[in-house]
Amino acid sequence: MSVDTEEQSRSTSRDEAVAELEQDWGERPSLRSWFSTVDHKRIGRRYMVTAGVFFILAGTDAMILRTQLARPNATVLSPEAYDQLFTMHGTAMIFLFSTPMFFGFGNFLVPLLIGARDMAFPRLNAFGYWVFVFAGTVMFTSQLVGRAPDGGWFGYVPLTDTPYSTGINLDVYSLGLLFLGVSTTAGAINFIVTVVKMRAPGMSLNRMPLFVWAIVGTSFMVIFALPALNLANAMLFLDRRFGAHFFDPGHGGSTLLWQHLFWIFGHPDVYIIVMPALGIVSAVLPAFCRRGVVAYPLMVLAIVTISIISFGVWVHHMFATGLPQLSYSFFSAASTLITIPSGIQIFAWLFTMLRGRIVVRTPFLFVVGFIVTFVLGGFTGVMFAITAFDQQVTDSYFVVAHFHYVLFGGAVFPMLAGIYFWLPKFTGRMYAEKLSRWAFWLVLAGFNTTFMPMHVSGLLGMPRRIYTYPGGLGWDLWNLISTIGAYILAVGLLLVLIGVVHAVRRGAPAPDDPWQGDTLEWGTASPPRPYNFAAVPRVHSLHPMWDERTTVALATGEPLPGHQAMTTSELDGREEGAIEMPEASLLPLAAAVGILVAVLGLLWAWYWTGWYWLAGAGALLIFGALARWLWPPERTPEEAGVAS
Amino acid sequence: MRRDPSRRGARAPWRLTAVGCALVLGGCARHQQSTLQASGEGAQRIEGLWWLMFWIAMAVFAEVMLLLGWALWRRRRARATIRGGDAIGGIAVLGVVIPFAILVTVYGLGLRDLNALAAPRQDPSATVEVIGHQWWWEIRYTDPAGAVTANELHIPVGEPVRVRLRTADVQHSFWVPQLMPKTDLIAGKVNQTWLKTDNVGQYRAQCAEYCGKQHAFMALMVVAQPRAEFDTWVASLARPATTTLSAAQQRGREVFERSSCASCHTVRGTPATGEVGPDLTTIGSRWSIGAGAAPNDAGHLGGWIVNSQTIKPGNKMPPQPVPAQDLQDLLSYLQSLK
Amino acid sequence: MTAVAEKAMAPRLLSAEMPSGRTTGWWGMVLFVTTEATIFAALLGSYFYIRFQSGPQWPPPPLEDPKLTKVVIMTALLLPSSVPVMWAERGIRKGQRWRLRTGLAITMVLGLAFLGMQAWEYSEDLKKHTLTTDAYSSLFYTTTSLHGFHVAVGLLMAGWLLAASLRGSFGYRRHERVRLTAIYWHFVDVVWVAIFLCLYLSPRL
Ligand code: HEA
Ligand code: HEA
Ligand code: HEC
Ligand code: CUA
Ligand SMILES: [Cu+2]
Repeated sequence: MSVDTEEQSRSTSRDEAVAELEQDWGERPSLRSWFSTVDHKRIGRRYMVTAGVFFILAGTDAMILRTQLARPNATVLSPEAYDQLFTMHGTAMIFLFSTPMFFGFGNFLVPLLIGARDMAFPRLNAFGYWVFVFAGTVMFTSQLVGRAPDGGWFGYVPLTDTPYSTGINLDVYSLGLLFLGVSTTAGAINFIVTVVKMRAPGMSLNRMPLFVWAIVGTSFMVIFALPALNLANAMLFLDRRFGAHFFDPGHGGSTLLWQHLFWIFGHPDVYIIVMPALGIVSAVLPAFCRRGVVAYPLMVLAIVTISIISFGVWVHHMFATGLPQLSYSFFSAASTLITIPSGIQIFAWLFTMLRGRIVVRTPFLFVVGFIVTFVLGGFTGVMFAITAFDQQVTDSYFVVAHFHYVLFGGAVFPMLAGIYFWLPKFTGRMYAEKLSRWAFWLVLAGFNTTFMPMHVSGLLGMPRRIYTYPGGLGWDLWNLISTIGAYILAVGLLLVLIGVVHAVRRGAPAPDDPWQGDTLEWGTASPPRPYNFAAVPRVHSLHPMWDERTTVALATGEPLPGHQAMTTSELDGREEGAIEMPEASLLPLAAAVGILVAVLGLLWAWYWTGWYWLAGAGALLIFGALARWLWPPERTPEEAGVAS
Repeated sequence: MRRDPSRRGARAPWRLTAVGCALVLGGCARHQQSTLQASGEGAQRIEGLWWLMFWIAMAVFAEVMLLLGWALWRRRRARATIRGGDAIGGIAVLGVVIPFAILVTVYGLGLRDLNALAAPRQDPSATVEVIGHQWWWEIRYTDPAGAVTANELHIPVGEPVRVRLRTADVQHSFWVPQLMPKTDLIAGKVNQTWLKTDNVGQYRAQCAEYCGKQHAFMALMVVAQPRAEFDTWVASLARPATTTLSAAQQRGREVFERSSCASCHTVRGTPATGEVGPDLTTIGSRWSIGAGAAPNDAGHLGGWIVNSQTIKPGNKMPPQPVPAQDLQDLLSYLQSLK
Repeated sequence: MTAVAEKAMAPRLLSAEMPSGRTTGWWGMVLFVTTEATIFAALLGSYFYIRFQSGPQWPPPPLEDPKLTKVVIMTALLLPSSVPVMWAERGIRKGQRWRLRTGLAITMVLGLAFLGMQAWEYSEDLKKHTLTTDAYSSLFYTTTSLHGFHVAVGLLMAGWLLAASLRGSFGYRRHERVRLTAIYWHFVDVVWVAIFLCLYLSPRL
């Protein structure tokens, strides 16, 4: 046999194997498969689109708020309407937009970045998505009927407890967040297990992309932080509905208990939001600096230390509650220290730019915008860490300025960078560069025009969460500027939206690797086939796609057949074996519907206690679906392995 | 009992100018709530701390912008090369050593200020209890004892005043931006802070913890006045309301005591002893009605009584259907309570 | 399946259910248990927070220290119940289905007895105080019933395993679910120890 024919026969057998894979993994488009899919890419895209819709809703809430605040003594909104709007704006932005959006990125990208075929638990993944949509829908529906939560996003008791809050509003909050918590927890566990067990052979921990590290750090924070929020909300619900007294000082309870529990969750949560964003920055930069991010070990160390220290600073949200000075000085010190790892990351990115050759494209511009704004937001954060100063500005617009600089500047800018960067991979289409640059400049200008003046109005004594204000206190002009800025910002974001929609419908087809990126997702089709990689990638370095050994193996390696994925060892990514991946299923949806029914039952029981039965029915549905879901297949004694 | 008219006279012109400045001219009282025009011992320290941190932040920001600008400018040179290495040294200096030095310094200064905020340098010469209500402030002097009022807190200039903070319902926060940083009012807990200023003046304050529908209008006026005036003020407040009333005022008083007003409001020395709403013994001279919701003049007062919900939607005083003639009498009675 | 695929799969399939490292399921269960444990930690943390805020008497009068007799019996029922689970798991790893079935059955009996005792204890406690009496009672009932709920879930899992095994599901090649259930059961056990120490013993210190 000549060399030529040998090669030919090898490639035809490869083609055959790939065709086989298409058979095994492909999903025929049908209504059923739309509901039953467990493909991490479809689920990831859904997460992103859904979170995007919630962003538009929550952003529209903000635009209405800003309209009301443009002038003193305005009457666009009643106080009740304003309270619901700002609460839903904050709650939705934090819980229904930021976290799920990054979970969407993670869902789509983590398996690709580590060279896996899917998440470790694809069905759990689908379940998490359905729960998220249902929880978000319940919460936003409450806004449509004018019964939305109105206690602020951190829902301080006693205002949110009986007798001060008697409507159903805060039940929507506590139950909605508990409901959503199921999804977030499931997602976090899934991420960790995926990263721990499913990395491509050769991807030892020190070859793991920084974005993946960020997702793991985030997920660990979720595992340890979310229980505090869930517990607090369960207690709130018991207090409100069943007359418990956790937060009632008249019966031995404590209102500060709520604050502690909330912020033990709440502070890690802000890093849960920003950490994946920082990961995106680390993922985008190499492609546009033509070199890897400098000081990889330090970056990993920074991610790990932030994840840990973030659990030791929560009292900085309670600096005005009159706790002992000693505890303040401790939490103040911890809060100042947390800036060091953030600073390390900022300077590492700057040195990456200095040592690389910069190619300016829209994703890179958004990274620059991120650095400018996040650093400013970080500085005001450090100022709050100084207790005495915080006592002066806490609960004023200065705080509102801080957290928009870190949330929008620190999280949304990288998110937009990520959207433009991975759009080719998500959709197989390129975006239009010119439109996207307009969007960038408008967003940057609009953002700063909106939120920079809030520093001033805060220092001039304007408290947050006021539905209107009297004129003549020096706030009028600054508020007007903010509102104008918000409109500019909305136009910028509208251009982003138009750009994405345009790309999806009419964009030029994207090559597999438009940026010559360094990580594995660029080593597969745009958008990837359902099995992601035909041959399991072999990783030999931190930048596998800049490594010929990997690219060659990807193109010519022998495909891993069947509906299988590879598992590897936890630390050094040694090959362990292949496991069978679950098929598409409607059970995750059924279980999620079960929770939805239970939650609706509990909610409606506010009107008529008979609905508690509906909640019971929901619980039965959940148990039924789970039992079905986990029921093991029947096996012959040989298959199972039974001693005679 | 009768209030000393001479005392009232002594206060009136001053009060007129103050109220006039705050409300009629509006604009001239600009920045009456600004932390950057600090007048009290506590707030002044923080103002200094702020400017220090502001300039440090600007310097570090400039440093970051320089690096960023340099990186962007460098790419324009034709020979810009990709360099290897980890820049550990640069990161260590710029990202660890310098920030650490800055942080330690600022942290130390911050602790010093925190200690300074904890207690005034001299012993307080007066104690006042501030009780937060949805959505107004109850003010009770315990030392010198007796004076009770609402939404208005007087302090003697140059002397620290101890403030004890309690809430009657949900959480509020006591914040006089020009005088003193915040302290929260927390259910089941008594917090404490203090106020001191060397400057006569009016300092607007506003509840700083979201407390429900009318959190926006839960303002408080802190009035710093010379010791003698302060003493007079406290003494006059501790005394029952005046009883020499004109015929109309007398009719107004009867309306007040006959209708539901008295079940919610106190007018000292009369049968009206309700405790749901603010004490009205000196409502005639208060800087506002409804904790900053409206200026205190006959028109607004009348409007407030008939339906305060249009002025301050959601507040806890129900509309009072007082007949038109009675209302005139009631107004003249209320305005006589000074 | 084509010949190519079969050839490539053959060696790997053998190792499929006997991986050298931890399985994804193991990691998933361990993480799940970790986040659950954090909930209990937060609950017990709240308990002590409320306790140290309240007066010198704990539980707040007129309540007395929780009675120990029944709870000691409950502990004596629940703690040993981890042993048959372990024994069952060891057994099925060797392919001995009878050990799996017997072990699960014993565990379930012990768990059910525990729940029964708890119901009995509640019926007496409820005469003295309920969820709505004060913050202490709210915490007491929430913590213990959350744990009781976990025992119930553990029982469902064990019963479900028993059913599946009676139908013939497990053996030395396939026993991952048994292992995961065992992890969960041990966790429920350990949490009980923490609750016993905090809620029942610590007020007497
Ligand atoms: C993405 C979210 C995010 C992020 C990343 C941060 C980051 C930080 N935050 Fe912020 N914060 C919020 C979201 C976030 N915050 C939110 C939502 C609230 C309000 C909640 C509410 O009340 O509704 C809040 C409120 C808040 C408070 C309470 C304010 C109050 O209510 O009174 C405090 C107090 O310490 C604080 C501190 C910090 C600190 C020290 C950081 C640090 O991590 C910042 C570190 C980064 C830098 C400092 C910049 C880069 C560093 C360098 C360039 C090195 C050189 C630096 C120095 C020498 C200083 N934050
Ligand atoms: C990720 C988090 C996040 C984000 C992105 C934003 C974005 C914005 N926020 Fe947000 N905000 C919070 C988190 C966030 N906020 C939180 C946690 C609070 C505290 C709540 C509380 O106190 O409980 C808060 C509070 C808050 C307040 C204070 C309210 C008060 O205290 O009374 C204000 C006031 O101006 C405000 C304004 C805005 C504006 C104008 C935007 C804009 O950036 C929004 C722009 C987005 C859009 C407009 C949608 C997308 C637009 C399009 C696709 C174009 C088409 C749409 C239109 C033309 C309408 N926010
Ligand atoms: C059910 C209780 C209730 C009744 C009855 C009631 N009030 Fe009030 N009143 C309040 C409360 C509560 C406030 C404080 C509202 C706020 O500022 O949020 C208030 C505020 C006021 C104020 C403004 C006080 C200030 O310092 O700003 C005036 C004046 C007043 N009431 C007059 C009256 C008169 C006159 C009547 C009877 C015709 C009356 N009230 C009946 C509860 C009541
Ligand atoms: Cu009281 Cu806000
Ligand atoms: Cu924080």
